[in-house]
Amino acid sequence: MSLKAQTLAGEYFMSGNLACAEGAIAAGCRFYGGYPITPSSEIAEHMSRRLPQVGGHYLQMEDEIGSIAAVIGASNAGAKSMTATSGPGFSLMMENIGLGVITETPCVLVNVQRAGPSTGIPTLIGQGDMMQVKWGSHGDYEVIAYAPNSVQEMFDLTIKAFNMAEKYRTPTFVMSDQVVAHMTSKLVIPTPDKIPIVNRNRLTKLNSGFTPFPYDNDFPPMAVAGDGFHINVDSLTHDERGYPSLDNSVSERMLDHITGKILNHVDEIVETEEYQTDDADVIIIAYGSTSRSALRVVKEARQKERRVGLLRLITPWPFPAKRIEVLGERVRAMVVPEINYGQMEHVVREFASCPVIGVHHPAGALIPPQKIGSALEKLQ
Amino acid sequence: MTQLETLREHEVIFPSNPKDELLRADRLPHIWCPGCGLGIVTGCFVEAMRASGIPQDKHIVVSGIGCTARIPGYLNLDTYHTTHGRAIPFATGIKVANPELEVSVIAGDGDLFNIGGNHLIHALRRNVDLNIFCVNNFNYGMTGGQFGATTPPGAKTSTTPYGNFEASFNIPYIVAAAGAPYVARWTALHSRQLLQSMLRAFQVQGLAFVEIVSPCPPTFGNLNNFNDALAMMQYFQNCSRVDDHADLSKVGLSMKPPDPIVVGNFVDVKKTPYNEVERNMIQSALGRSK
Repeated sequence: MSLKAQTLAGEYFMSGNLACAEGAIAAGCRFYGGYPITPSSEIAEHMSRRLPQVGGHYLQMEDEIGSIAAVIGASNAGAKSMTATSGPGFSLMMENIGLGVITETPCVLVNVQRAGPSTGIPTLIGQGDMMQVKWGSHGDYEVIAYAPNSVQEMFDLTIKAFNMAEKYRTPTFVMSDQVVAHMTSKLVIPTPDKIPIVNRNRLTKLNSGFTPFPYDNDFPPMAVAGDGFHINVDSLTHDERGYPSLDNSVSERMLDHITGKILNHVDEIVETEEYQTDDADVIIIAYGSTSRSALRVVKEARQKERRVGLLRLITPWPFPAKRIEVLGERVRAMVVPEINYGQMEHVVREFASCPVIGVHHPAGALIPPQKIGSALEKLQ
Repeated sequence: MTQLETLREHEVIFPSNPKDELLRADRLPHIWCPGCGLGIVTGCFVEAMRASGIPQDKHIVVSGIGCTARIPGYLNLDTYHTTHGRAIPFATGIKVANPELEVSVIAGDGDLFNIGGNHLIHALRRNVDLNIFCVNNFNYGMTGGQFGATTPPGAKTSTTPYGNFEASFNIPYIVAAAGAPYVARWTALHSRQLLQSMLRAFQVQGLAFVEIVSPCPPTFGNLNNFNDALAMMQYFQNCSRVDDHADLSKVGLSMKPPDPIVVGNFVDVKKTPYNEVERNMIQSALGRSK
């Protein structure tokens, strides 16, 4: 593999973390601000080598708080920007995720989940940050988060995360896990002309009546630092001009906008993958590495002529609520295996009218398919 | 020609305040207390910006949270009012992504030396080409005057009712030790010297740091024997001592008259900034020019 190449194309044998980094390069990422943390460090290492080759910048910060601040700053200076981290670093980033949300700054955060709480088990898998990504920063907001389950998806969904960040002007997330990140397998990188890329709607001309934050427009153009628009970008609740305000009606307009721009487009954002759900009377809901264990369980159950299907959450957030509602009316039960003590299970329960059974697994190892299988047995 | 026109011709009177175009007049009046030094700092900044010769469009100002952090909101520039303590890494991201921009951080002592201390020393170590203007009022003004890392030992604040048990940072000493190629300190009284220091900061290649000692009359001043804003300005007037060659280990502030306030342009040396080091190393490693 020639790393001198600007962007790669062809077939490669690559780890999930490297595929993620190559996806970022292909998406047009030209700024990485980060702090090394297992099991995400290979993303930083690869970006430190690749970004200078494509005219980008790798900036290693003093901690994850500084990393996400630098990423948001760089994006406001016009660069497609990202960081990658794991649980402890993700916790440190919570404050400025809110800054990215309220300033409507496109950026991508990759969280290669490991076992927690706290330092947990740095080298082994967890899925314990699924609620944190949605609710971890204070105040009301919505997120777009992808959960890749393969090396190919580490590449593809990182590109999508950039595209969505740029389109919706908001931080987006790749909620990976240690197993997918360290898994090495075949990766197909299409030629650049075959990769759909979304670039932000960058403000180029000052029209009369221009406001930098028009709350009636879900996709407003973004003014970039140094382009001459003299905008105020504020962490305080602000009006359409970007000016801070204590007015409750401004708070309402701003919050309606930053949540609405995602909620109004849930159907366009949500992605799921279904396997044998058409006739299923029990459906397993899974994501990330766990969906690989779940797939085996479904195949084995089908061999025993049990009507089990799989719905994989490609976007845990926004949550595919409508689909779960429809399926919930039809099936006997839903089973939600996770490498946590029941996080997305809560959300499934919120929208499914059928019984929902969580299969909880302690962080530190993949869920054995047998564990999901025995939950199914109890339903027979 | 009428008398009025003659006066205009000779620039004796102006149709509007010449600073108006540099300010967001629609955001005035400002939020600061009577006697606060931040108006002076704002005035110096816009004058220095105008005199810098750098286009207004290329001046970017970033701040964190606090009274000082409200300055950028009144400037007619691209301004970024970010989170508490995080102005420096945010500004670093802007500068690294677009080295053509003239990026300043205007922040209080609490923002930079308490919550943002780690970011500060690392920006100094990297020598990112930023201008950092630190307004030191010895306490957290916006939250009601609690003590912080710059509060002198023994001083009273709303959370040191029996006096401050902690030692305080000597700002120029820390900043110089961490590697800043330009370090200056003035008080809010020294508006002309401050303006010159700000201008110099815009010219310096690398991290330029200016501490501005400033009165906070309703909190720190009130609790520490400065009966009004003027009393502290009089202290600045009577006890400031200009010494460009001062031993920086000895310029810590007690804020007790008649203890001196040593001011001056303490450090001004040449040092290659981060962006240039990055560019040179990558060009040499990859063997091509960008």
